[in-house]
Amino acid sequence: MKLGYYPGCSMHGTAREFDESLQAIAKPLGLELTELDDWSCCGATSAHATNRLLGVALPARNLALAEQQGFKDVFAPCAACYSRLATARHEMQEDAKLDAKVKEILKRPFSNSVGVMNIVEVLRGLIPQIKEQAVQPLSELKVACYYGCLLLRPAEITGFDDAEDPSSMEDVTRATGATPVEWRMRTECCGGSFSLSRTGSVVRLGRAVINDARAAGANAIVVACPMCHSNLDFRQQAMGQREGATEMPILYLPQLVGLALGLSPQTLGLKRHFVSTQPVLELVAAGAAKGEVK
Amino acid sequence: MASPEQQETGHGLDQHAPAELKDEVAALTGANPARCYQCGKCSAGCPMAVETSLRPHDILRLINMDQREKLMENDSIWLCLTCETCAARCPNSCDPARVIDTLREMSLASGSTAAPKAISAFHQAFLNQIKSGGRLFEVGLIANYKFTGGALLADVMTAPGMFMRGKLALKPRRIKGVKDVRRIFAACEAAAKEQQ
Repeated sequence: MKLGYYPGCSMHGTAREFDESLQAIAKPLGLELTELDDWSCCGATSAHATNRLLGVALPARNLALAEQQGFKDVFAPCAACYSRLATARHEMQEDAKLDAKVKEILKRPFSNSVGVMNIVEVLRGLIPQIKEQAVQPLSELKVACYYGCLLLRPAEITGFDDAEDPSSMEDVTRATGATPVEWRMRTECCGGSFSLSRTGSVVRLGRAVINDARAAGANAIVVACPMCHSNLDFRQQAMGQREGATEMPILYLPQLVGLALGLSPQTLGLKRHFVSTQPVLELVAAGAAKGEVK
Repeated sequence: MASPEQQETGHGLDQHAPAELKDEVAALTGANPARCYQCGKCSAGCPMAVETSLRPHDILRLINMDQREKLMENDSIWLCLTCETCAARCPNSCDPARVIDTLREMSLASGSTAAPKAISAFHQAFLNQIKSGGRLFEVGLIANYKFTGGALLADVMTAPGMFMRGKLALKPRRIKGVKDVRRIFAACEAAAKEQQ
């Protein structure tokens, strides 16, 4: 599968291991990623929270670039970028006045023909390849699949899974041999862009997510968004876990897939986390020791 | 003399009377706040409802009561995370998330200072980064935010941790199309001014 790759800003910084693990699993899964030339920031929360037109025009520039560069689909692994690109595409389709205004601002040919895909739907489409390439079934690992908000909502924009009762991340997880736990918080918000500007809210919301995953028996939480990762991993120390409670490792979905493919923790960027991923690696090794290695 | 009906609606015969807030919001969002029947599903699912003085269904109610000032001068609209839970669950397609985005934009245009300083400083710092290089440069964002937000020392201890993990790019990458991006900013800012 060939896709135009829109990494987004955080993949080059705080979410570096999201990019690293995705690049590492791409080749074995037959995924060809070509980075969009000269892409710009989608504007994320700050643009749409202050100026609707800007919140559409900034992502639309990237959709127009993708179209000019001949891509049928653009793949945005960051949930916030995905949401902004998909929202711009949708709003321009629905609102002719907005469509005309944005096109006038872009000053480049654009027919809004490019599809937008997120990491979960891309990996869900590759489940047969994941099963085929898995050399290390993660049979000892129980994970809580955390969707958060922007991957699923609004449903008329995302549309790849049920907004209230999704199953795609669990399906990908099962393909790796790991077991998804049943829990309540998987579509709740982690506090998103308030990480710096209202840390207290992020700590409160993240703590509820982690406590629920732990109560459900998860060994790790799997995420598909740099903000979810940063809020649950980097901010976990501030959450003041109950005495005796172990830390909760937070994995990006392609890191989980990469472990099943037998890729090394370094290659997958598993050493870049604030919460140690060692307990996860030990469970992976325990599964392998049980003689389930192909 | 206006008929009782006209008095009741407040429209009277004056065609130049300012539009009611619910009509203005409807025109800007495409959603119709008047359809809200106060079921409270939005507020039940709102992750920030425990921290805000106005919950989503309160905001819809105030819009329908034309309480412009109460909304613009309250920080609740700035505490919305745009997680879209309210919009997904509203049985009447009132789209509170979109409505709140619009109220924020109107509040900025009105010159209101109700936005918490840290949050408006963050948005400003974020947008400044994009304007300057076309992409968000996280170190620049943090530095810019710390200065304007006045929280210079908060989180300073975590920077070495980020650096050690290779998570901080130290140099901004300016894209070729930065002029293109700046032109988009200028056009959108001009359009927002025009709306005022």
